[in-house]
Amino acid sequence: MAGTIDWVLVKEIISCVFILTGVIFMLIASIGLLRFPDFYIRMSAITKGATLGLGLILLGMGVYFNQPGVMLKVLAIIGFTSITAPVAAHVIGRTAVQNRISFWPKTNLKEFEDYITKEHLEQPINHDKYTEDIKEDIRMEMGGGDDADNG
Amino acid sequence: MSILHVTLIISMIMLSICLLLNAIRFAIGPTLPDRITAFDLFVANIIGIIIIYTELTDNEDFIDVAMVLSLFGFLGSISFAYYIMKITK
Repeated sequence: MAGTIDWVLVKEIISCVFILTGVIFMLIASIGLLRFPDFYIRMSAITKGATLGLGLILLGMGVYFNQPGVMLKVLAIIGFTSITAPVAAHVIGRTAVQNRISFWPKTNLKEFEDYITKEHLEQPINHDKYTEDIKEDIRMEMGGGDDADNG
Repeated sequence: MSILHVTLIISMIMLSICLLLNAIRFAIGPTLPDRITAFDLFVANIIGIIIIYTELTDNEDFIDVAMVLSLFGFLGSISFAYYIMKITK
């Protein structure tokens, strides 16, 4: 009996290591969400940390149950999460850039400002964010097109 | 009390602390996109809590709940972002 290995205990220990690592990553992501100075840095922290932590917790559960059906569902959830989390982060970050959410003052913004001036995307900052305004220069560029559409 | 049981209880406590920190950011978040990211992390933490509860009770049926919640969390974040984009355009 001395030479045999208790495989149930090995399985439980591997599952414990995976779950503890994943939970520590999620805790680090939450602390980053609370402590980082800027919206964009917080976004980067939670997107990477939460996806990795969730994947590790799910792998720990798949190792514990040790069945093919459960492992398939675990891989499906990991696939969904790793596809959808960057897309959601991209959409929210793009919305924040369009809403002129302020950057951290130490951020290196030179390339972004060069892009903005090259593409002529400067707009006056609208402080009243929840009302729709019609941009005057766009209406002047379009000329009489609006009247033709309305008539 | 086996080692697995102790680990799962500790993980549940740590995820509860995560939810508390997210709630603080959700309350003090200066802008609306901050609150949307906090909501995103809420959904990820709740999926983790469901997974740990599944392992704690040895009941495999809760995995489907986690799968559905991962898809609906994505839809929630996307729809909030789209709503803000439409309302401030």
